[in-house]
Amino acid sequence: MAAFDFYPDYEVVRNLDRCIVCRVCERQCANGVHSCLEEKNVMLADDSQCVDCQRCVLLCPTRALKIVKSDNTYKQNDNWGKKAINELIIQASTGSVLLSSMGNPETYPIYFDKLVINASQVTNPSIDPLREPMETRVYLGAKPAAVERDDRGRIKNNLPPQLKLSMPMMFSAMSYGSISYNAHESLARAAAELGIYYNTGEGGLHEDFYRYGANTIVQVASGRFGVHKDYLNAGSAIEIKMGQGAKPGIGGHLPGRKIVADVSRTRMTPEGADAISPAPHHDIYSIEDLSQLVYSLKEATEYKKPVIVKIAAVHNVAAIASGIARSGADIISIDGFRGGTGAAPTRIRDNVGIPIELALASVDSRLRNEGIRDRVSVVVSGGIRSSADVVKAIALGADCVYLGTAALLALGCHLCRACQAGKCNWGIATQELELVKRLNPDIGYKRLINLMRAWKHEIEEMMGGMGINSIESLKGNRLMLRGVGLNEKELEVLGVKHAGQ
Amino acid sequence: MLKEGQIRIPSGCAISGIFSRAGQRFGGRDIIKSISIMHERSNGLGGGFAAYGIYPEYKEYYAFHLFYDNDAAKEHCEAFLNRHFVIAQTSEIPTTRTEGVIGAPLIWRYFVLPITTRLSHSLLDEKEYVAKCVFRINTEFDGCFVVSSGKNMGVFKGVGFPEDIAHFYMLEDYRGYCFTAHGRYPTNTPGWWGGAHPFALLDFSVVHNGEISSYDANRRAVEMYGYKCTLQTDTEVIAYVLDYLTRQKGLTLREAAWVIAAPFWQTIESMPEEDRVVYEYLRNMFSSQLITGPFSILVGFEGGLMALNDRLKLRGMVVGEKDDRVYVASEEAAIRIIEPELDSVYWPKGGEPVIVRLEGGNQIGGV
Repeated sequence: MAAFDFYPDYEVVRNLDRCIVCRVCERQCANGVHSCLEEKNVMLADDSQCVDCQRCVLLCPTRALKIVKSDNTYKQNDNWGKKAINELIIQASTGSVLLSSMGNPETYPIYFDKLVINASQVTNPSIDPLREPMETRVYLGAKPAAVERDDRGRIKNNLPPQLKLSMPMMFSAMSYGSISYNAHESLARAAAELGIYYNTGEGGLHEDFYRYGANTIVQVASGRFGVHKDYLNAGSAIEIKMGQGAKPGIGGHLPGRKIVADVSRTRMTPEGADAISPAPHHDIYSIEDLSQLVYSLKEATEYKKPVIVKIAAVHNVAAIASGIARSGADIISIDGFRGGTGAAPTRIRDNVGIPIELALASVDSRLRNEGIRDRVSVVVSGGIRSSADVVKAIALGADCVYLGTAALLALGCHLCRACQAGKCNWGIATQELELVKRLNPDIGYKRLINLMRAWKHEIEEMMGGMGINSIESLKGNRLMLRGVGLNEKELEVLGVKHAGQ
Repeated sequence: MLKEGQIRIPSGCAISGIFSRAGQRFGGRDIIKSISIMHERSNGLGGGFAAYGIYPEYKEYYAFHLFYDNDAAKEHCEAFLNRHFVIAQTSEIPTTRTEGVIGAPLIWRYFVLPITTRLSHSLLDEKEYVAKCVFRINTEFDGCFVVSSGKNMGVFKGVGFPEDIAHFYMLEDYRGYCFTAHGRYPTNTPGWWGGAHPFALLDFSVVHNGEISSYDANRRAVEMYGYKCTLQTDTEVIAYVLDYLTRQKGLTLREAAWVIAAPFWQTIESMPEEDRVVYEYLRNMFSSQLITGPFSILVGFEGGLMALNDRLKLRGMVVGEKDDRVYVASEEAAIRIIEPELDSVYWPKGGEPVIVRLEGGNQIGGV
């Protein structure tokens, strides 16, 4: 056999005129790409170890480094692409299931990019958000069927528990273990300052972060990691994770090397041992079982917390959502197939599930057709890349969006998609202390706040352009969208007209 | 060309209303004069009036005003009416040939009550039964359109300038305690009579000036509760939202106004605790009924009239009072032309409902 399986996909290019052999790159790369040939005072690189995380590129003081896509090529073949061949070779060498991280990167249609937003001209005025109030406050939770009044005829507040958000965006579930302590701290502090929520993910809640409970959603997944009464009561809402957009139909797998002492204590699982969450919840084999878990959690928290049920966007998502809306859940969260993950089998990530735009549109329409859209709030995730995507999602019918990948990018992630290795050079998807401390939560939380405030301003600008001064009036307002380059069936599912109509 | 209902047509407009608190009935002359002075706010593509207190001799009956495209449609619809209602009186609505008013449909009036056994078998309350029948005619009966369906009231509308429409219907001859009027300036129109305003359901009638930006959010929400937006106009959806909030959810008109033209959060935050809780509740509970974008509306109902501006007051609306009369119009000139000496004139703030009622009269949904 050959010396190597294949030529590396990415090459490290070093400009020797600029390199001062300061060895920063060597110290920064947890993958061991860079080394110094001391006798010649020259830096070397092992391209095969490079994940293209851009850490060395951005820390090189003389900008001597760049990573380029290799131009080494197999003989042209439109059927057997390079990726397919390389993945097959790895499997032939190892006999393993391929693992990947972050969201589906394949070339499926991105419907957000085929939807355009309306603006006012002449017949009604656009509104200037710098001069007029522009409201982005959102409440999430179930709405009661009837208004009740007291003896004096005054309206009684009979609303079940609600989440109050200053803007229709939250940080989505990313467990402590899959991401670092400093990443969690950044998310928690940013959520608290912004008046929104972050989600613990399935790994429990570190004792240091209980104080951010007013802005925390605690998750209960099939592994029940870190779930106990105080945990359930620590947050403002409880999310039951039934599925994840990156890996619908399967559970989770946190490798033992990420289960360090603190993670082990928080998860209530043994140190160093893989933490595996089963594919299904073994107490939920049908919709009526889900209802029992919803009410068990409500009992445990005295009906003071809304319960969210999170599902992956799959083919019959509308019917599933309808069942969930009738199960006692207050909020449905739907994760599209672009949604991120700390580790998922590549074949699942890239082939299972459907785009969030289509899932959202069909869920919203279905719930309205059944007259139960008010019973639940709908939160979507998996592919929100900008404030424009947020506006489009809300106009399609979402109450709010979850941001995962976007939040990680704000913290320094460059989407190298190697989280499963646990050697994140940006200190995010790792538990190695030397790496974790590279993410300074004092800076991280401010970058998250910057991002959210910037998006909020942009959302306000787009709303103002449409003549809408409160986000409620955008929700489900599909006339504010038009499709570009979509076929009849796609337009029908999305419930929008084509541009020009 | 697509007609109203198959396509959404934005339009600007003029509105005017006159209400006698004492319940004195007066003729249609004043309202015609008032809306005519705002001629420039219309473009001849729609005008109409709602009049209350005009049918005292049949005040216990629902007065159905219907447009028919042809005799076959009329026959078909009358068979339906006969199956569902006892009809006390049927007549063609008197009209007179008027220059500038063309394409008039057949226009008929029926005074009806639900057939008692059918009503009790339907398990609906009477108003819901009537509303459902109206929806069925408007959605399932080609060439038929219910223009109004309330008691002791009626809507007179069509394609033309409002003063010409008034002449066509001989509106001067009707006497009521409340009139509202609408002149329309659509950006384009197929010239369909049903698409003119006011829009009415049961005793609610709405005239509206503006173009709301929340339209599809409101439409999709009310359609969930069984309403069918057949015209795709703002006026229609506003009427349904109001009907939903007051008749189905039991809100008072004032509370409904707080929902559709809700105060800003910053205003709510500064309210006394007791009020803050209610306003916050209403905005949260009925978030899909918030209406944004410019509007001034006049809502006529049995025994009262409500005027309301959007939360930013993006459309003009003036209220004037003289003795027992209350006048509301898009422009002050439209009030001064009929009553130069007013006791008071004021400009309600954005989102501030002005609700007037018959003295000691019919209190719809409390205050």
